[in-house]
Amino acid sequence: MFSRDRWQEIFQTIRKNRLRTVLSGFTVALGIFIFIVLFGFGNGLKNSFKQFFLDDATNTLWISPGKTSKPYRGFKANRRIEFDNSDLKDIQDNFKFFLEDITPRINRSAKVKYKGESNNYSFRGVAPGHQSIEKTVIMQGRYINQDDILNKTKNIVIGRLVAKDLFKEEDPIGKYLEMGPSAFKVIGIFQDQSGDREERIIYMPYTTRQLIEKNNDKISSIIVSFRPEMGYKTSLLFEKQLRQFFKNKKAIDPRDNNGIYIRNVADQIRQNQQFASVLQLIVAFVGIGTLIAGIIGISNIMVFVVKERTKELGIRKALGATPKSVIGMVLQESIFITALSGIFGMILGIALLSNMGDRLERFFIIDPYIENSTAFVATFLLIVFGAIAGYIPAKRAASIKPIVALRDE
Amino acid sequence: MISIKNLHKSYKMGDSSLHVLKGIDIEVGEGELVAIMGSSGSGKSTLLNILGMLDLLDEGEYRLDNVMIKNLNETTAANYRNKFLGFVFQSFNLINYKTALENVSLPLYYQGLGRKIRQEKALEYLEKVGLKEWASHLPSELSGGQKQRVAIARALASQPKVLLADEPTGALDSKTSMEVMALIQQINNEGKTILVVTHELDIAQMCKRVVTLKDGVIVKDEKVKQVIVPTHV
Repeated sequence: MFSRDRWQEIFQTIRKNRLRTVLSGFTVALGIFIFIVLFGFGNGLKNSFKQFFLDDATNTLWISPGKTSKPYRGFKANRRIEFDNSDLKDIQDNFKFFLEDITPRINRSAKVKYKGESNNYSFRGVAPGHQSIEKTVIMQGRYINQDDILNKTKNIVIGRLVAKDLFKEEDPIGKYLEMGPSAFKVIGIFQDQSGDREERIIYMPYTTRQLIEKNNDKISSIIVSFRPEMGYKTSLLFEKQLRQFFKNKKAIDPRDNNGIYIRNVADQIRQNQQFASVLQLIVAFVGIGTLIAGIIGISNIMVFVVKERTKELGIRKALGATPKSVIGMVLQESIFITALSGIFGMILGIALLSNMGDRLERFFIIDPYIENSTAFVATFLLIVFGAIAGYIPAKRAASIKPIVALRDE
Repeated sequence: MISIKNLHKSYKMGDSSLHVLKGIDIEVGEGELVAIMGSSGSGKSTLLNILGMLDLLDEGEYRLDNVMIKNLNETTAANYRNKFLGFVFQSFNLINYKTALENVSLPLYYQGLGRKIRQEKALEYLEKVGLKEWASHLPSELSGGQKQRVAIARALASQPKVLLADEPTGALDSKTSMEVMALIQQINNEGKTILVVTHELDIAQMCKRVVTLKDGVIVKDEKVKQVIVPTHV
């Protein structure tokens, strides 16, 4: 295998049969190159997928009330569950261990006027914690703070598009918006990556909202964020305990799925990641297909190469070459070419991927990459299968009687 | 040197079988120059192939230099070919991407000789056939007669017991045929046993003994008065 003479023989055949060498080398290099690029693109798709779902904080549970579907403890079915301020306090008191932040939400919409302009907007009564949960970015001024909550101030934070709609070029900070009989002072402007709808929202202290509504203590829903270091499993536990707590407090049948809804964003992310994995699986499937096509390609070329060399191999056999040495020579040559061009294709593919960055962001491919181990294994596989593909025709050629190989055409 | 007794060979052609050699007996001593003659289909090439261990016999006995040639596997056959036999073909069968020197040294490579010795020996045999100056040329740069001389040098390089030539002049014009035959006679005179298959009478008459085959049997086996080809025509 490592004799100098054998290598000299091989280098000579390679040098003297350029077309054949280039052809088989090209097939292998192309096969591995396409595999690596495709696989990398798959990873790029997964990357952009991740980005889409990173808009909201991932460590949040969204708790909203529903309608019961089963009678329980003397209550009839179809009862509407409502949240109030005591629920907020109960969560804070009972789940200190899990809790990072908490905010209620009161959803309303109302007509708002500024000078000549007026429009309908969604209002959200929230606590300061809402900012981090929604990942709201303040462009100007400030967000709702604890003072606003305690004093039930008539301060509001408006979305970028609200400011654009109503104030045009004017600076909205400190200006007053009319809503019904009262006026609200704009204390901040925010932007949100989620889209235009999110930027046409107006935030106000939830206590102010309750004051307007005859000083009640009702809230529409509760969003809590848990400590991120808890991880997915613990978040499920937290979710379970919260559900139990509310079902008990609101007298909902433990088997009733409709009284209260808890949406775990971590769980959703997980599902999305599973979807991304399926995506990757498809890409891997395509990649393996490419690899198989490459293997078939190199097999065909090997058959052709051996066919072309039948006469030469016959001459060698007549001169005393043993079948073993014939097979060895053909195989060693094929492995040498596949290995060299396989590694070349691999390096080329990896180089292309690492220079791609976010150039293909339009096609939802961000930072495509391939793990080195995957690339190596694929290249190795191609070389091994190339060798096997070369072995079969080489063996056949070696067993052809020289007399058949030498017969004049 | 060669001893064949009651040799039979048939080829399967679908359902029927074609009986090509029907009991051949022949003895060839050392240093003989034997022509095997016959029209096409007489079985002369089949006989040569069996002698050359390129093909297997069905029935009978074949001894080469007192070694029984029977039931050889591919590897032993290859080793025997390398050690005992040199081949010269009608169509030269040189490897077209190798130079004359490399072609001649190929059997030495399969004998496992070192690179330096191979080159020295190959050059020696090329000189013997008068082509030393052409050592670095490719077969495509040589004339037909030159190619056949390279092939003869290659066949001799492994120092075989027997040289087997299958229509060595078949692809050559009469002038170069003479040159090649002169070379074969010269080698024979140095003591090498040579078998030449041919269908041309004048070529056969340049040998010392002519064996005529017809329909798979030897019909004539006689010593002839050798026509000596002048070395320089």
